[in-house]
Parts: sequence; structure tokens; C-alpha cells
Amino acid sequence: MTDAYIYDAIRTPRGKGRKDGALHEVTSARLSAFTLNTLKERNNLSGHAVEDVIWGNVTQVMEQGGCLARAAVLASDLDESIPGLAINRFCASGLEAVNLAANQVKGGAGDGYIAGGVEMMGRVAMGSDGAAMAVDPQLAMDSYFVPQGISADIIATEYGFNRDEADQYAVESQRRAKAAWDDNRFGKSVITVKDQNGLTILDRDEYMRPETDMQSLGSLKPAFKEMGEVMPGFDTIALMKYPHLEAINHIHHAGNSSGIVDGAAAVLVGSKEFGEKWGLKPRARIRANTKIGTDPTINLTGPVPVTEKILRETGMEIGDIDLFEVNEAFASVVLRFMQAFDVDHDKVNVNGGAIAMGHPLGATGAMILGTLLDEMERADKETGLATLCVAAGMGSATILERV
Amino acid sequence: MTDFTMEVHDDGVAVVTWDVPGKSMNVLNREAFSTCEDLIDEALSRDDVKGIVITSGKDTFAGGMDLNTLASIREESGDDAAQGLFDFIMNGHRILRKIERAGMEPKTNKGGKPIACALPGTCAGIGTEIALACHHRIMADNPKAKIGLPEILVGLFPGAGGTTRYSRMVGAMAAAPVLLEGKMLAPKQAKSASLIDEVVPADELLAKAKEWVLNAGPNDIVKPWDTKGYKMPGGAPYHPAGFMTFVGANAMIHGKTKGVYPAAKALLSAVYEGALVDFDTALRIEARYFTQVLMNPSSSAMIRSLFLNKEALEKGANRPDVPDQKVQKVGILGAGMMGAGIAYVSANAGIEVVLIDAAQESADKGKAYSEGLLDKGMKRGKVTEEKKAQVLDRITATTDYDALEGCDLIVEAVFEDPKVKAEVTGKAEAVMNQDGIFATNTSTLPITMLAKASSRPEQFIGIHFFSPVDKMLLVEIIKGKETGDIAVAKALDFVRQIRKTPIVVNDERFFYANRCILPYVNEGVRMVQEGVEPALIENAAKLVGMPLGPLQLTDETSIDLGAKIARATKAGDPDYDDTTDELIFWMESEGRLGRKANAGFYSYDENGKRTGIWEGIEARYASNDPQPELIEVQHRLLFAQVLEAVRALEAGVLMDIREGDVGAILGWGFAPWSGGPFGWLDILGTAYAAERCDELTAKYGERFACPPLLREMAEKGQSFYGRFGTGVDSKAA
Repeated sequence: MTDAYIYDAIRTPRGKGRKDGALHEVTSARLSAFTLNTLKERNNLSGHAVEDVIWGNVTQVMEQGGCLARAAVLASDLDESIPGLAINRFCASGLEAVNLAANQVKGGAGDGYIAGGVEMMGRVAMGSDGAAMAVDPQLAMDSYFVPQGISADIIATEYGFNRDEADQYAVESQRRAKAAWDDNRFGKSVITVKDQNGLTILDRDEYMRPETDMQSLGSLKPAFKEMGEVMPGFDTIALMKYPHLEAINHIHHAGNSSGIVDGAAAVLVGSKEFGEKWGLKPRARIRANTKIGTDPTINLTGPVPVTEKILRETGMEIGDIDLFEVNEAFASVVLRFMQAFDVDHDKVNVNGGAIAMGHPLGATGAMILGTLLDEMERADKETGLATLCVAAGMGSATILERV
Repeated sequence: MTDFTMEVHDDGVAVVTWDVPGKSMNVLNREAFSTCEDLIDEALSRDDVKGIVITSGKDTFAGGMDLNTLASIREESGDDAAQGLFDFIMNGHRILRKIERAGMEPKTNKGGKPIACALPGTCAGIGTEIALACHHRIMADNPKAKIGLPEILVGLFPGAGGTTRYSRMVGAMAAAPVLLEGKMLAPKQAKSASLIDEVVPADELLAKAKEWVLNAGPNDIVKPWDTKGYKMPGGAPYHPAGFMTFVGANAMIHGKTKGVYPAAKALLSAVYEGALVDFDTALRIEARYFTQVLMNPSSSAMIRSLFLNKEALEKGANRPDVPDQKVQKVGILGAGMMGAGIAYVSANAGIEVVLIDAAQESADKGKAYSEGLLDKGMKRGKVTEEKKAQVLDRITATTDYDALEGCDLIVEAVFEDPKVKAEVTGKAEAVMNQDGIFATNTSTLPITMLAKASSRPEQFIGIHFFSPVDKMLLVEIIKGKETGDIAVAKALDFVRQIRKTPIVVNDERFFYANRCILPYVNEGVRMVQEGVEPALIENAAKLVGMPLGPLQLTDETSIDLGAKIARATKAGDPDYDDTTDELIFWMESEGRLGRKANAGFYSYDENGKRTGIWEGIEARYASNDPQPELIEVQHRLLFAQVLEAVRALEAGVLMDIREGDVGAILGWGFAPWSGGPFGWLDILGTAYAAERCDELTAKYGERFACPPLLREMAEKGQSFYGRFGTGVDSKAA
């Protein structure tokens, strides 16, 4: 089978996902096109160099609806002969796009792909695309649906993480993200978003709060306590699913959960021949990728079983992985990952994560893969794993190997 | 004479009157529904008819569907019951839709005749659904009248279009109290809830209805969902507001029903899926869910126990054939918590009450309890000043036994001490009517033994109330060895007067209810001792429909009561299994007596609110890893109860399984979705139940041994309701 390689990975800075966010003025298609164009230009690709653009995006309605991938291609300098595929695996969409592209290359269906994603959370509100899983009584009750914040709190309760541990994790994420920026560790992949006149709109993640400390987080009220304990009482559902628990410990709040932001990311994936054809040097081999479905109520524990699965499939052990990117959807997700595999925090999210910089749903997967690759190169590590928890009880993972 | 008749008046209004001969309230059966359709057809086709008023010949409109109709459809359809029921429901939709469309052209909405519904009084179930299909609803300002859709309370949901129509009228959120809680509303409330359009004086009802019909314009008879651009009030499911409503409703209903009541989920699904399509498709969806609910054994079991058999018992299904024994004057001995409660419910039912206690102060305090409850009622607008005065006037609080003169019933509620009881029995019998009945409210002492103190043991009986008396619906009547028919009839007539539900059982230790509750509580305690996590025990109980987990129930009833019962039982029974004593006596010695001590299995804050399982439990009984499966815990908790019910039936304590089931649900809240202990065994199947008994016995001990009766039934492939049925044949003996 053909090997699939990463030739480049870029991302926009993450803008605050609200009306005073710098990227708020940019349409989803335009930010996507800008990212595609940047990738095309800096790799000297022709307009028809790739087979397809696989574009992750979660809230596929309004301007993000109607196959945004195709809209992005048409809005970009890519040739109209490149089709465009919009995909949704919730928070892992960006990673799933890369995985799909890699698997196409491996299977011989095309030499090169652009894969990535976008989410303009300030422009198209999360959840505004509806979801039968939450709304349809049969589905919601049969799957014991609870919102993700409740799920994150269930993880904390089930696996014994308290508020202080979650807050400490969040403070550290902020510290690491700032240190990474100060050390220009994102320089390789962060692109400056510019307008049609070439004027800069945003060149730096703007969601970060490096001043965050335990005291400032301590003043925040748990965000999901009310909906859990009072109206409409999701804790009852949680306890029905996990009857050995007595009560849910609500520890998450805006400060130890991922931020709502706008952003896009793109990864250039291709075969060896693709690189040779365009004069590009492969940065990493996509050694393996996989996905899994798991309990939809606790919902966000997917990184653990999906990592077990990918290790099993590759015959690797956890100790074979030098660096991890585990998406910081909520603090308890990463705490649980480190607990389950007994991996040191020094190997996980070393440059901070979504708690500090934000989580543009459809793009994040591609973003953390780029962050992982940059750090593998910088720290000269051989092997890295990126994984995300995924809404409704799923998980995705990818293992990179430097070449 | 048919159930529906029509008369066309000179003003051109056809008045269709529903008046089921020989019944105090209208209920709908198949033939009547068909007659109704014929009359509507005739009125719609006749040129001299301008419009229609549907009303009732009684002072109420309707009680609902004749539930025997559903049973007979099921029977007729044989193996294809689902198809039979679905076809029947769809036929109902067709008839009501005919009323609603009233001859209008489908496209133009023109050419229809106005149809009003005139409701003289109470209207429930399909009665309300017929009214909702009409174009206008007028209700008499009748103080007794209530209107609503209470189907959910017996395990069904409004399945004749009521769910679809009402949710489309007012929106999912606003419809919830009527559809999901089954609230029955007084006319004025019903008007604000849009169930009806007008409230008028009773004597103007027909005139007002006709007036509306004669003045209605073409747009007045078109339902909003039959016009272009209809939008569901409060937002359809994927409208931002509707989204939140449905997500919230799913969680609330799921949490409240614990997933064991299929009707609420089906109802919500009919509303949700219906809201996404046109009206006629929505009715078909409603019909499919309604069929599903009717096919669910839980629904049949709930209807059987909570509706049919509860009513049968209240009407005296097991009453001996003797003349009316209505109580005129009741004497209550002991004005404590129970005595005071019995005094209140008696006086409230119009019975004269003498409330006796050793000290005047205690007697007065007992009477003050009634005053407190009446004041509460006044605050909620349910009791008038006049009514309060009347009720209190009926209660004489005194220390003087001579006041018992003229009492035809005595209810003794003094300390659980045979000596004290014997003493007051003698004192009361000396004064009360010679032919009166003496009842004891004991919960633990044998009636036959207490009857020894009576000079007239055939007139001596047990009437066991549950606490709090004003809230608990069940009364357990216990026959001593010598108790006569008159005494039983007296007790039953008394219970009927105070509007509670009676069961009649024979005299054995703990009678029926307590006999079954104790093993439930004990099983919970055993599991704690074994290292099952208390949260799992409590949640498992609630997830199978028990109102309280066994540990919470112990806290509510108090640990020292448990310890007391344990000591007494131990003393009287050589085979007593003392496994749980270790925990119970330890808790007692730690002062963790339960809610009353603000410390028990649970911890409590200063306001008496439970704050969680007490850490002392975990410290003493380390939890096992792994924990048992949920279903294992649930089976232990339920089998502990139902096997005791079967043994009570075998022993002749229970004489009628209907009483066993109704009594269990009303008495201690036994998983109502199951229809009661025998209903649950029938749902499981006796063969499987016997098999489970063997497994549980092997794992946990002889207390789960399969009773011979259950074994025999399992071998013969019998069900409890198949073998013991209902009515006279239900006698186990």
C-alpha cells in the first residue's frame, strides 16, 4: 500500500468567536479560501494539483451549509475541477478530513489532497443546525442524552478529578500557550489573515488569557450545575445511566473548558510521488489513523478507547509515543487521558491547547495535528499522536512519524 | 335508545345529544362512535341544518373511552392485535377529522358548517378529544366541573387526536400540564389553558352554543393547522425556542419517568414527530405511538390496577352482601398523629367525630391538626371559611368516654401496647352502640389477639391506615378469626365514605403491606452489608419505579422502629434471620435514627434536607469492586417484595390478587408501571420468575425460594391474572 505523508500544515490564528472578535467580519467561505490559497502558494502548487479538498465543519447551516467545501474551492484560486467534500465528525472533523485524505492516498485514489476545516463560531452558532439526538424523544431518552458540559462533569465525578485539578490544568494550558507564542513555536504554521487589499486582519491567537491564575478561575461558578441539578435536571439522566454515582460533581466552567473561536486550518497530504512531482519534502508519515464509537452519555472519553485501538492496530505501546496532542475540550478529558495511560503531562499538549487558544470545532483536528508536527520537529521527536473526543460518544486518533 | 340522538331545531341548529342509557356518566364505545358519525353525516348533508351543537343529556359530558372496547378489539384481532387497534384508532381519527373539517372543501376551506361543543360538566379523555375536534367549546360554569386529558395517569396518553390537536393549539410547553401531568382543570382554568373558549351560566349553555353556531363566519371554523403558514406556538422542534423546549422536556420526562413509563415518552414523540409534518400525517404518527402504548403490557397492567380494579375495590367488589353500613358517628381513641389524621378525613367526609385522648390538651392538639390542614387548603383556595367551620364543628375533642355514646364505629389508635388497647376497648364498648363496630388501627399486633379484649369479637376488626392519613390512599382492612360480615361491610363503607381505596386481608403478622415492605428494606440493608454501593441500591430502586430507595425509606420510617420490629420478631420467631440486625442495631447505637434525628443512612443539613449518603456507611462497609449489575440489584429488591405477596396469597392473607396489586401501588408505591406485584410477575412470565427465584436462591439464600404456588403456575404455564382473573374467581381459596 502507498504511504501518505504530510507536506505542509497551516492554520489561521484563532479569533474570539463573538462580534468583537477580529475574524468576525470574515465569511466562512472566504476564510476557508484564504487558507487554501495560502497553502497553495507557499507550496507552489498549481490550481489542479490536488484530487479533492476535504473540509471539516460542524455547524453546516446558513453560510456554512450547502457543502461549504465546494464553496471554499470556488472562492479560492484552486481550479474548478477540484470538487470539495464537506464532512462532519463534530470536534474531530478537521482530523477526520486529514485521515480520510490519507486513506484515499493509501488506497490509491488520488495522489494529493488538501484536508482541514473551518468553524466560524461567532457567525454560525454552535448547535444552530439542530440535532435529533438531543431533540427527538426516542433518541434522546434511549441514548441518555446530556449536554457535553454535563458529560465532562460526569468524567470528573467518575474518575475523581476535583475543581482544583481542573483549574490547575487550565492555568497550565494558558501558561504553555503563552510560552509557545513567546518562543515563536507556532511560527511555522500560523498564517496572517489578510483582507482583499492585503491588509492584516489577524496574526495572533486572540482568545488567550495568560494572566489566568487559580484565584481568577476560582471566582467562576460551575457552568453546568444549574442545568444539571435544577432545570431541566440533566444530572438525573446521568445518574440513571451511572447508578453507582450518588451525585454529579460540577467542576467545569468557561475557564477550564475550550473557548468559542473562529478559525481554519489546512493540511497538504500526498503520496511520495506527489511530493516528487511538486518538489516538496515530506515532513511526516501518517502512520495510522482510526476512529471509534463509545458511550454517548459520558460522551467525551473517546480519546482513551480510540488510542487503545490505534495502538493495538499498529502493534505499538503507549511508551512508543513521544508526544501527544489531546484536544482540550474540557479539562477532565485530558486529565482522564493522562490518568488512563499514566502518561506525563510533560508529553501532553506541551504548547497549550483549546482551553487557552480556543476550539474552532471543524478546524481544531487539523490545527492540533499541525501543532504536533511542529513540536515533533522542534523537539526532534520521532512519533506523535493526536486525538480528540467527539460529541455523541466518538473518538478519533492519528499517529505521525517523522521521515 | 341509542347513546347519541339528534334533533334539528327550528333555528336550523342540529343538536346532537350524548346520553348513554343507564349510566351516570357517558363513556364511548364503538357502536356509539359510529352512531355519532351517522348523525354528523346527516346534519352535514341536510340543507335545513346550518350548524351543529354536540352536547350531553347528563350534567357531565363524558368520562372517556369505554375501556372494555379496547379489550374487545384486542380479543377480536387475535394475533393481529396491533393492526386491529391501529385501524380502530385511525377510524376514530377519521370521524373526529370529519367533525373538524365539517364538510369544508379541502383546498378553499369553504362550505363547512360550524360545530360547537356544549359541555354541561366534567369532561375527560375522549370526551375532551371530541370537544377539541369541534370548532368552539363552551362549558357551563358548574362548580363541580373539570375538564382534561388524564390518560397519562393510567399509563396511556390522549390517543384520539388530543395530543396532536392540543399541542398544536397551545405549543408543546403550554400543553405539558394537561398532556404530561394529566391535570384536570376547572372551567375558568380550562379557558385560560385554551382547552375551552367560553364559560357560561349552566342554564344558558345550549343557547350560547347555538348563538355561536348561528353567528360563526367561514374563518371561525378553520383550524389554524388547516391554513397555510401555520406555525406551532412556542416554536416547532427545530425553531430555537422549540429546540430548548424539547431538549428540556426530554430530560425532564426521562428523569421523572425513570424510563419505566412508556406512555410519556410515546406522547412526547407523537408531539415531536407530529410537529415536523402536516396535521393528517401527525395523526397517523400519534396512532402508531398510541398503538405501541396499548400493546405494551405495562399499559394494560396500569389500566387494570390503577383504573379498573381500583374502582372495583372502591365500589365494594369484595363487600359482603349485607345492608348499608354507612358510618354516622365515629369515635377515635388516641389523638396522636394517626388518630388526628383519621379524625380529619372522617370529619371532612361529613361524619361526626369524637376524638378522645387521655389529656384534654392532647385531644385538642389532635383537633388542631385538622385546623392546620384546613388552613392550608384555604391558602390554596380549595377550602372556604364555611367549609372549615363545618368540618371543625363535627369534631369533638374530649377525654370523656361517655361522649362515645351513639358511635356506630370506633377506631382505636392508641399506643401499640396490647394492655392499653385492651383497656380502651373495654371502656369504649361499654358506651358505644351495642351493634357498632370496633376497629383497631394497629400496624403490628394480631387482630385476633386484640379481639380477645372485646366482648363482641365478631364486631371487632382491623382498619390499618397509612401515614400521613390525609394523603395516603390505601386502607388495609384486616379480618380477625371471628370478625363477621357486618364488621367487614362497615369498614368498607367507612373507607368509601372517606374516599379511600380498601383492601381486605386476613390476620397474619404484618398483614399484607408491611409484610412486603420489610423484606424490601431488609434486602437494601443486606446489600449495604455485602458492600454494594448505597447509591447503586437507591438508584436501582428508583430506576425500577420505587418512589423511595430502601435506605431512604428506612430513614423516613426511622431506624429505631426497625430495631424494635427486629427485636419483637426475633423474640417471637425461632427461624428469624438476624443478618440485618448487626447494621440496624449499630445505626441505632450511633444515634442515626433517620430523618427525625437528622441523621440516618443519609446525612441531612439543618433544614432536614438530605445532603448525601453518610460517610460512616462506606467506612464500615467497604464497597466491592466490581459492583453488581443494575438488574441484579433491582431483581433482589423487587423479588423480595413480590415473593412475599405470593406467600401472602398462598397463606390466604390475601384473598384477591387485585387487592394485592392495588394495595401495593397505593400502599407503598410498588412500581406502578408494573400494575403491582402480580402484574409484574405476569409481565416477567411465571416460568422466568420461577427460574430467577432459583438463581437468586442459589446466590443469596432461601428467602428467594420459589413459593410452591409460583412453581406450580410456572410448570403449568399460567399467569396470575389468567388463573385468578378478576371478580369472584379471583379468590385464591
